[in-house]
Amino acid sequence: MTTQSVLALYTNADYAAEAGEALDNAGFAKEDYDFLTDTPYPEGAFGERHSSHRLYVFPFVGALIGLTTAILLTAGTQISYPLVTGGKPILSIPPMAIITYEGTMLGAILFTIIGIIFESRLPSAKKRIYDDRITEGYIGVVVDCEEDQVNTVEQILTQAGAHEVRREEA
Amino acid sequence: MHEGKVLAYKRINRDLLSGLFENQLRYWAIVMFLGLVVLVAVVAAGFMVNRGVGVTGLNRPVFWGFFITNFVFWIGISHAGVMLSAILRLSKAEWRRPATRAAEVLTIFSLMTAVLMPFIHTGRPWRLMYWVFPYDFQRGIWPDIRSPLVWDPSAVNTYLISSILFVFIALIPDLAVIRDRSSGIRRIAYSVLSLGWRGTPRQWKLQAIAGILLSALILPVFVSVHSIVSWDFGMAVSVSSWHSTIFAPYFVIGAVHSGVSGVVTVMILMRWLFRWEEYVRKEHIDALARLLIVIAIAWFYFFAMEFIFGIYGQEGDELATRTLQIFGEPWGWWFLTFIITAFFFPVPLWLFRNVRRSFLLMTITTISVNIGMWLERFLIIVPGLARKQIFTQSWHTYAPSPIEIAIVVGTFALVLMLFLLFAKVFPLIPIFDIKEGQVLKDEIKIGRRKVPAVIREE
Repeated sequence: MTTQSVLALYTNADYAAEAGEALDNAGFAKEDYDFLTDTPYPEGAFGERHSSHRLYVFPFVGALIGLTTAILLTAGTQISYPLVTGGKPILSIPPMAIITYEGTMLGAILFTIIGIIFESRLPSAKKRIYDDRITEGYIGVVVDCEEDQVNTVEQILTQAGAHEVRREEA
Repeated sequence: MHEGKVLAYKRINRDLLSGLFENQLRYWAIVMFLGLVVLVAVVAAGFMVNRGVGVTGLNRPVFWGFFITNFVFWIGISHAGVMLSAILRLSKAEWRRPATRAAEVLTIFSLMTAVLMPFIHTGRPWRLMYWVFPYDFQRGIWPDIRSPLVWDPSAVNTYLISSILFVFIALIPDLAVIRDRSSGIRRIAYSVLSLGWRGTPRQWKLQAIAGILLSALILPVFVSVHSIVSWDFGMAVSVSSWHSTIFAPYFVIGAVHSGVSGVVTVMILMRWLFRWEEYVRKEHIDALARLLIVIAIAWFYFFAMEFIFGIYGQEGDELATRTLQIFGEPWGWWFLTFIITAFFFPVPLWLFRNVRRSFLLMTITTISVNIGMWLERFLIIVPGLARKQIFTQSWHTYAPSPIEIAIVVGTFALVLMLFLLFAKVFPLIPIFDIKEGQVLKDEIKIGRRKVPAVIREE
């Protein structure tokens, strides 16, 4: 049996939230459906599942890698080219500190970017059901279900006030 | 701060993507004109490379002139961008919405232009390769790898990379909007760039966290970059007037002063060019002008302190340089122009509501600030160098050559041209942010009055 994706478009956030509630009542798990919008709504506006993430780990890992790389780079450069300036030590801390700081921040930022993309499940090359009108203000409710459940799902979504409902093979 | 009309999403898309999907004659006329000015600058730079730096006004002891002034100026402009965007995001200021993207984009292009200046300044840009990688002792080049000048590239590149990625992350939802309105190759390109964005609650949640997290990470970088630029001067042993310990915060606040003014100027330009009257409103410019008053006063405080610290010690070198800066010919006239245009002309005017809400007057006053701030950098660099120093043994003044003037004017045209070309490919106002403002906007009744309100998530 193939899995189907059903997409319903709503003109109003209340209708979309009602559709989610109706799907809950019909026994669908929160993982089986999702909402698509073109603007951020307050968290929980649709009664959607709470999604956890580990984004906050990424900057710390990045900072650590950046710090290590910067220390190795600055120390390595100074040791490789042992030019004594004004009788000062070869391994001079103040210039190392500055570049180490920048390296740490760069590592933290680069890893945060990677984290955001990774945790957002991007890039997504898989073609999934979608409608261009979502970026015009329509709210999409996508339900992944078995073929024999499609009619029930379509009925639930229509009853919740869907403007349009369509299906595609997932 | 809620004077805008509620706009339908379709209309928001159409309005904010007008730069991409419509071809305006005046847009292309401006771009062509700017392109022409850039071309003149490129020819001037080519001439200088061909003939050598002798065609500039640089000579002993003034080796840093227009190019380095311009470098510091553009670094300064770049600071407001992400700073403004980051602080407004972190404080969840409602009026940030139309300003953030323009501020961030201005950051990127002004940073890129700033980076160009030291390359041009070397006169033989390709020779920089000998110095950079690897340090080449075989040719008798012994660069000091602990020099403060080495800190600059590390800081500026960190800031540039971070700013570009910050803009890209915030652009992803808007790229999906463009993707959905495009066809053919354009659709493919925007599909790739938007990384398959669909707008699920999880993606939006991470987008919101990203804005705050990246802002918090970029702010310390922003502070470090201009501090490091100030240390290019502060760490130089030989120039007596560059030793102020207050240089780093003084440079940072000066950067914010000129940068926020730059953002106001480009926002008004955008409003006029793309007819975004509904999006860039008087309330936004008013709020930015209020912010500018605070920044300008803080900057003036640092300026005064730097000056007082300089003369307080009664050191001969320092006093002589200050005298040269204020009373010397021609620096005295420039000094007067600088202090009037950077502070005494715009700031008192901003105290009036009518001025803060006038697009014309705000354009004039913010451009005035940047004229003043450019001169400020020039007056820090050149009179300080023009005096006889312990390692230079000579006195000489400096006058820029037409080549230098052409290149510097060209950089202004370059930043504006890149900014406008960006608007041809990406939206300059974050579409999803404007729409979010519409979702969260409401009116509540208090007594007999209806007042605008905004729902804010904790």
